[in-house]
Amino acid sequence: MEETIILSMRGITKLFQGVKALQNVDFTLRKGEIHALMGENGAGKSTLIKVLTGVYPMDGGEIRLGGKEQAVTIRSPQEAQRRGISTVYQEINLCPNLSVAENLFIDREPRRFGMIDWKKMNQRSGALLKSLDIGVEPTRQLGDCSIAVQQMIAIARAVDMQCRVLILDEPTSSLDDDEVEKLFQLMRRLKEQGVGIIFVTHFLEQVYAVCDRITVLRNGELVGEYPTAELPRLKLVAKMMGKDFDDLAEIESLKEVKKEHEGETPFLEAEGLSSRYIKPFSLQIHKGEVMGFTGLLGSGRSELVRTVYGADKPVAGTLKLNGRPVRIDAPLNAMMKGMAYLPEDRKRDGIFADLSVRENIIIALQAKRGPFRPMKRKEMQESADRYIDLLQIKTAGREIPVRSLSGGNQQKVVIARWLLTDPEFLILDEPTRGIDIGTKTEIQKLILQLAEKGMSIAFISSEIEEMLRTCSHMVVMRDRQIVGELTGGDLTQDKIMHVIAGGEAENG
Amino acid sequence: MSSRGVKRKMASQKASLFKRITKHHLFFPLVCLAVVLLANVIKTPDFFVVSINGGVLYGYVVDVVNRASELVILAIGMTLVSAASGGQDISVGAVMAVAAAVCCEILSGGAVSTGAFQNPLILAVLAALLVSALCGAFNGVLVARLKIQPMVATLILFTAGRGIAQLVTKGQITYVRVESYKIAGGYIPGCPIPTPIFFAAGTVALVMLVMKFTTLKLYVEGVGINSSAARIVGLNSVRIQFVTYVICGLLAGVAGLIASSRIYSADANNIGLYLEMDAILAVALGGNLLSGGKFSLMGSVIGAYTIQALTTTLYAMNISSDQLPVYKAVVVVIIVVLQSPKFNQYFRSFREKLHPGNSVSRKEEPSS
Repeated sequence: MEETIILSMRGITKLFQGVKALQNVDFTLRKGEIHALMGENGAGKSTLIKVLTGVYPMDGGEIRLGGKEQAVTIRSPQEAQRRGISTVYQEINLCPNLSVAENLFIDREPRRFGMIDWKKMNQRSGALLKSLDIGVEPTRQLGDCSIAVQQMIAIARAVDMQCRVLILDEPTSSLDDDEVEKLFQLMRRLKEQGVGIIFVTHFLEQVYAVCDRITVLRNGELVGEYPTAELPRLKLVAKMMGKDFDDLAEIESLKEVKKEHEGETPFLEAEGLSSRYIKPFSLQIHKGEVMGFTGLLGSGRSELVRTVYGADKPVAGTLKLNGRPVRIDAPLNAMMKGMAYLPEDRKRDGIFADLSVRENIIIALQAKRGPFRPMKRKEMQESADRYIDLLQIKTAGREIPVRSLSGGNQQKVVIARWLLTDPEFLILDEPTRGIDIGTKTEIQKLILQLAEKGMSIAFISSEIEEMLRTCSHMVVMRDRQIVGELTGGDLTQDKIMHVIAGGEAENG
Repeated sequence: MSSRGVKRKMASQKASLFKRITKHHLFFPLVCLAVVLLANVIKTPDFFVVSINGGVLYGYVVDVVNRASELVILAIGMTLVSAASGGQDISVGAVMAVAAAVCCEILSGGAVSTGAFQNPLILAVLAALLVSALCGAFNGVLVARLKIQPMVATLILFTAGRGIAQLVTKGQITYVRVESYKIAGGYIPGCPIPTPIFFAAGTVALVMLVMKFTTLKLYVEGVGINSSAARIVGLNSVRIQFVTYVICGLLAGVAGLIASSRIYSADANNIGLYLEMDAILAVALGGNLLSGGKFSLMGSVIGAYTIQALTTTLYAMNISSDQLPVYKAVVVVIIVVLQSPKFNQYFRSFREKLHPGNSVSRKEEPSS
């Protein structure tokens, strides 16, 4: 393959309010290459793409196109498109109420006497679809096509606009296996035509199925660029998570030696439980146990705990609490049974931005008590003050809106909310994401203290180190199912990464 | 210590009081009301004069408070609906007509006009309220369960409601010419205060009590601000939104009965006509976000009185009823601009300038 560089980004830096989202990142794309852009959440993948497509202005660095010496400035997505850079997002940015042909030619319809030349448009669409082997009628309404076809049409549109750089941002997350394979065929075809493709995905299998090269980012910095053949899965996972096997430091665990739970009735026992978003799983959690759930993003960690909590409706399987079967199909059921759930997305599912700190703290307890037993003002104030004090929530007062607090303190408010309901089982989904180091350590300590007192805890975090420090038992997930369980001496970064990476390493 | 320090302390206390007042959520609604009232006094100097005429209170201000009653009651329901669902119920005017039709039809026993109750009054009132609550429930199902946009969902009854009322009264204006039927819209014998005022005050008090003894406010605000988070903490957002629509329908029914009592008839075409728009406006004037979330009932009540005061003023200025909307619109534009976030920003920076240094200013002061 000829090594013509069609895109070269050098020293890209992007700041958000003084925080470096990208720091001195290089990225190179060659002609006819499928190049995976990998990294965990917050690594800077989407920021890099948004800088490239002109959504964000960059704060430093240079972008060169087509091997030219001259650096270019891309000010808007439209300009990026004019320069031959097209993006297809996970959520499709087309019009479902228009026909396939209209979508392909929107904003650049062939015209005749000032009117849209429908015949020509449909003909050209037909030819284009055929050349890319997409079997769909140009006159069909886009909304009637499957998501996969819609995505391919978005790609076809980009191709027809003479794009040289095609960015696919998580195109496969909503596709099934067959559809993914079709998409890959299309990608390979484009590759033969000399298009450079930047492929963003979380699925390792897919990277190894189609990509020629992998660039890994972590915490806004470039880790490196590797030919796919030279970077085995395990190494890739290690690069993404920021641990090299050579310098894997032994982590000293704060937690006690694992207690034996043999013969005890588990606090929670799931048998073949599943929802629309997760394959059947079985699980046991004991009293006073901190159970960790790990796996890459999209592996089903959150979906699993949401199913246990009833936030996603279970469709099959059974759940037992203290040995008794229970039916939980809504969060309130779960709360009544002593569960509490701190959701992953604090803004979307956690805080009530305009309500006060006090209201945010008491709302779960109040929901549990029902509408006809309102808490007395004094009780609310005391509860709020107690937890503001206990968790050291930094706030100008309990009556100010929670949105004026920092992210870490908002998170503490949500934790306070659940602790106030005095749960037996606390689910923490990424409780430490995006909050400062000090608060992180406080939350980790709190988890251990709560477990000490007999609370069972399910803990999800993207930081393996943090989980090793707190969990006595870990479940590893991949492709929306449990692929391994580790405990005791097996709880090492090394082992966990092996299981996450899967393949032959799984049994090792 | 010099007196300067003391003075400064006093100044800052005064400033913080000034700030506390201007920052209160009812500040703007009250200012709007005050401005409208002031205009009234200038235009009609005897605006606040209340006299007793024929055993009842008489005067512009009494008239405003009396006439605003239906609007106050509607505005309360509208506030709850807006807060919980981030949308408005535009069918309340039509539901008023339905309630009036049902009530009058039962009382007249199907006749066009009646001089005596054909059925017990209590039965007619309960039936009317039940029907209006059902209308609210219908809207509630469409919005809360089927997730139809509130404006679209309530458009159904907005258009069909008056038709239903016509069907009930067989296309006639049904008259109930019984003295006791006129009480709700007129006067209780021996009482100088118009009865609608009691209804409005009673409704406000009742809803306030409900909010005190249940968690309605917290639940409604929670669902309105973040329905996804509300679900996670165990709130049933479908049920909560549904309940607000039922309450809104029920209150529209109460307002419909008062309006019907005023004219001792059920006029399906005119009862509550365009009142839904005034009710929505009252909510907005009260400083409530039409997109849902935190709400203030008192704000909406003040908003309702403001609108009625405005209408009365315009009538007093001899503006004909068909030109009324134009003048109303002008005033509304001014009030809405005053409440806009951008204007508030200017106002805040103006406040900072007036009392610099008493709060943390983000802007660096230029060194002199």
